[in-house]
Amino acid sequence: MLILECPYCGVKAEETELSPGHEAHLKRFGPGSSDEQFESYMFARKNPKGVHFERWRHTYGCGKWFLAARCTATLEVFGTYPAQTSEPPADIVAKIKARRPNWEGVK
Amino acid sequence: MKRYSVFAIAREAMRHHTGWERAWASPLPKSSYDVIVVGAGGHGLATAYYLGKNHGITNVAVIEKGWLGGGNTGRNTTIIRSNYLQDSSAAIYEKARSLYEGLSQDLNYNVMFSPRGLLMLAQTHHEVRGYMRTVHANLLQGVETEWIGPEQVKRLVPIMNIDGPRYPVLGALLQKRGGTARHDAVAWGYARACSAMGMDIIQQCEVTGVRQQGGQVTGVETTKGFIGTKKLAIVVAGHSGQVAEMAGFRLPVEAVALQALVSEPIKPCIDVVVMANTVHGYMSQSDKGELVIGGGTDSFNNFTQRGSFHHIEETLRALIETFPIISRLKMLRQWGGIVDMTGDRSPILSKTPLGNCFINCGWGTGGFKAIPGSGWAMADLVAKGEPGPLAAEFGMDRFREGRFIDESVAAGVAH
Repeated sequence: MLILECPYCGVKAEETELSPGHEAHLKRFGPGSSDEQFESYMFARKNPKGVHFERWRHTYGCGKWFLAARCTATLEVFGTYPAQTSEPPADIVAKIKARRPNWEGVK
Repeated sequence: MKRYSVFAIAREAMRHHTGWERAWASPLPKSSYDVIVVGAGGHGLATAYYLGKNHGITNVAVIEKGWLGGGNTGRNTTIIRSNYLQDSSAAIYEKARSLYEGLSQDLNYNVMFSPRGLLMLAQTHHEVRGYMRTVHANLLQGVETEWIGPEQVKRLVPIMNIDGPRYPVLGALLQKRGGTARHDAVAWGYARACSAMGMDIIQQCEVTGVRQQGGQVTGVETTKGFIGTKKLAIVVAGHSGQVAEMAGFRLPVEAVALQALVSEPIKPCIDVVVMANTVHGYMSQSDKGELVIGGGTDSFNNFTQRGSFHHIEETLRALIETFPIISRLKMLRQWGGIVDMTGDRSPILSKTPLGNCFINCGWGTGGFKAIPGSGWAMADLVAKGEPGPLAAEFGMDRFREGRFIDESVAAGVAH
């Protein structure tokens, strides 16, 4: 069972307490953007088999959104961090690089 | 290929079954082909079969990283139906369902298609209105479905508790021509027929790269070396995103796990397929007597072919009110497959940014029922380079253009 630590309340929550929100760090596009930009924001997903940065909500806990770095091929969790973060924090990137030497980095 | 028939059985019975030949060959790859289909699941093999049968293209290789039919084709709940709301969905699923009716004869391989009837229970007033609407839509689409009341549901499925209290059965959408088929046999039957046409089915051969030149695919790098091709068809379901990335484009697809399970075998007790979408579970009984049960997908991105236990628990908990009988049953096996979910929960049959590369994916949780229709439409697309009427609406440019085929709204659940 997947267990993520909520970075706000510190609870080690198992997945029945959480709701997944899929890919994190999406670049949002507003009015005046092209069709391609809207498509990239709305639908096109990295969907990697491996390291994935994603949004989660601690629904049945503090109720807040946070972000997690996780491996979709092994379900290993590298870490969680607050949602008010525009890119993965350096300590989590370092941890992923230590665990996955062949990882291509944040794309 | 020696035909299977009653005479073949009699002949082999006389000589201790020594004369059966292998159903399909296991060749080494040639240096190049007219068409390479990546993925030897149902959809990939059906694509190859209809390329040969409908378009006379037989210099085809179907390459597969694992074993034939070992992905979602071997992991589904074998349900076949075509009672969709949107016209383009109804057209391709109904094509598939009608091809299933004659598939055993067509392939000379018993796929055990069993049109036992399929019920979609309405357990809220919202669902009653929704399914009545679907029945009317199906009438216009030429798909035979009907609305039946709760008493008739009870007559069809005596083990069902229709009184609730939480989710009473208010009626059901019945598709009499829906049912099930033997999922492995569908893959095996297509594989045997493809092999008989001279196509190469190459298992244990993983694609590791897509070689291209000037916007055209020239071949694929594989674990068995480079194989050249004039056209490439990517039909790999859960790993579509990975193969597309090798080819240099991104898909509106996310991979999640979908689980199913079977109970211990019991005496025949339910001879239709029942889907309950409000509580989100579906159930039928296999020929061995096992109750085959499925539910909703797990919700996070996942490539592990196994899901979370609490989803199975939710599915069973939801079905127990309607089927009290299952509360005392032991569950024998559980498994998961990786399904490729699109933004509108409808498939993609599409041209790609590479001129001679085509993709068939996004069938999500409902691919098995579509296999023959999907292969038929994909073969059309690959052979002619342009989608035919069945595939026309399923291009992936629909996400950019905003013309969704929104079955997620129509069905209320993944389907």
